[in-house]
Amino acid sequence: MITLENVSKWYGKFQVLKNCTTKVGKGEVVVVCGPSGSGKSTLIKTVNGLEPIQQGKIIIDDTEITNPSTNLAKLRSKVGMVFQHFELFPHLTILKNLTLAQIKVLGRSDEEAREKALSLLDRVGLLAHANKYPAQLSGGQQQRVAIARALCMDPIVMLFDEPTSALDPEMVNEVLDVMVELAYEGMTMMVVTHEMGFARKVAHRVIFMDAGEIIEDTSKEQFFTNPQSDRAKDFLAKIIH
Amino acid sequence: MQLFQWIADIPTLVMNNYPILLQGLWLTVRITFTAIVVGIIWGTFLALMRLSNNKILNSFAKIYVTTFRSIPLLLVLMWFYFALPQMIKHLFHLGPDADIGTSCAIIAFTLFEAAYYSEIIRAGINAVSKGQYHAASALGMTRSQSMRLIILPQAFRAMVPLLLTQGIILFQDTALVSTIGLVDLLGAAVKRIGENIGSTAEYSMIIFVAITYFIICFGTPRLIRKISYFKKG
Repeated sequence: MITLENVSKWYGKFQVLKNCTTKVGKGEVVVVCGPSGSGKSTLIKTVNGLEPIQQGKIIIDDTEITNPSTNLAKLRSKVGMVFQHFELFPHLTILKNLTLAQIKVLGRSDEEAREKALSLLDRVGLLAHANKYPAQLSGGQQQRVAIARALCMDPIVMLFDEPTSALDPEMVNEVLDVMVELAYEGMTMMVVTHEMGFARKVAHRVIFMDAGEIIEDTSKEQFFTNPQSDRAKDFLAKIIH
Repeated sequence: MQLFQWIADIPTLVMNNYPILLQGLWLTVRITFTAIVVGIIWGTFLALMRLSNNKILNSFAKIYVTTFRSIPLLLVLMWFYFALPQMIKHLFHLGPDADIGTSCAIIAFTLFEAAYYSEIIRAGINAVSKGQYHAASALGMTRSQSMRLIILPQAFRAMVPLLLTQGIILFQDTALVSTIGLVDLLGAAVKRIGENIGSTAEYSMIIFVAITYFIICFGTPRLIRKISYFKKG
């Protein structure tokens, strides 16, 4: 489904990604973790081309996104993305947030888009808020709306960039619950997160990054019970109490 | 006190000459309105050019904005009012009496103000967070869709106070056209009425115009705030 081959990226002279190679299969849930500044957020943003790369290859569903002739907008409409700071459109109502891209990008009718939006809002438990503006919702609610907005596009894969790290602690679970449910339904997911509870529960694989490199790329069981590198051991010791 | 006498004369002078004053005000309003509306539209295009990756568009906008911001408005106005009409008349074989001076002055204002508006708009676009571009792109929107549907609406909302301030500056600047002989509010009051009647009428009219400008500039923002307050409910 997603293939990364020797992906490297530089900011000026500073190399943020070093030869990252990995794969995410259909229906797989992969958690990407690592200390801050390790390049995990940058890595996930390269997957749908939000961050350009200077070297390597990224292929989603047989389309090479690094190929200049690829229609990036079209490809991105099939790849859902959820951001750390939600990034709902503040000038639009919740409903409009969910229908806009369906209408403008997928060419769905107003009625069709509305129905889809309402059913997904219902699913994340926010149907009653359809006509409010983002600023009127709590962080947790906004993030659930953001997930619903991405799902409206019927994505073939979902990318999550630290979806709970900007939330107050009591709101983390309501967002994770939605993500767990998605994972159980068989959605292909790539998730940058520090929530090791989430990783234990639904991840198939864990990728551990440090200083722009993929240090470990193993099954969940292997990662939590028997990490190979000292850096991963160190990280786990700090994050799990 | 002479000053009180001048003020006391104002009502009679205004009542006796209001058609000319209204005519002058009408020109002032026409210039202001056109320059604001067209200036903001053209300014938006200039801002988008400045932000585009296309080198030609980018340098064009940059040179345009820098040039207009480096020349006094009065000079731009003179060029457009005196020189340009001659060239147009020559090019299109119009008679020497054809009056296109007013239109040229309006065009001058519009082009000049667009340079200032474009800088305000560019700052407004840059102030929208990068995450919003990312979110729009991630949903599959093209660059122009993200700009039109997501970025510009937010940018304009944030810019309303600045655009309004610039509009008021522009309104005051229109008084400059009286120096090149057009009959705007100031021209009508001082040149047409004041100088015609003679004696101290000119002083009375200067005071009258000052009061009029003050009321409009002081009142408009408050009126707009009130209206938008009621709209929000």
